[in-house]
Amino acid sequence: MSIELSHFSAAVLFAVFASVVFGITQRNTSREMIRYGLYCFAMFVGGVILAGWVMWILRR
Amino acid sequence: MANPSVDKNKASTAAAPITPMSVVAPALGWLIPGAGHLIQKRWMRGALLMVSIVAMFVLGLAMQGRIYKPNGGDILDILGFVGDVGAGGLYILTRANDWGQGAIAHATADYGTKFIIVAGLLNFIAVADAYHIAIGKKP
Repeated sequence: MSIELSHFSAAVLFAVFASVVFGITQRNTSREMIRYGLYCFAMFVGGVILAGWVMWILRR
Repeated sequence: MANPSVDKNKASTAAAPITPMSVVAPALGWLIPGAGHLIQKRWMRGALLMVSIVAMFVLGLAMQGRIYKPNGGDILDILGFVGDVGAGGLYILTRANDWGQGAIAHATADYGTKFIIVAGLLNFIAVADAYHIAIGKKP
């Protein structure tokens, strides 16, 4: 089996799985887990988009 | 006069007695990601951890990621091995079947290697969480 993902889809999948684990392990109640998981996901994806724009600006 | 920091250490030691579950849950959680939670009847958390960590590891292999073997060479290779070993049974299974040879045919193969390492590191966090549940530090 071989999968060839784009850079962005690989980063999003990474964010999903890491956020689920962070959410479950770093908070105590279900509500806090969901909120923290979503926060981590937003930070991961937001960081990717921000880094992309920074690299685009540097390249110009 | 009593030393408050010593008293605090005594209190924390007394709060975490060694029970069979505090040994079995982390060990099982390392061997099978998420199983440390499942054995303590945290069904949803265990299932989500299992799916996330196994999916990340399998995706890493599918992206032609490389599995690190025990080595005493470059520090990054040693750390890569430590990360990989965190996946427990998945790592053992992969080594036994000689998967994860890391063909450099794909541009994203290096991402695969990182996926495998991070899956192991996330499992270390899940193991620590299973231990905290077992000793009653976390609900």
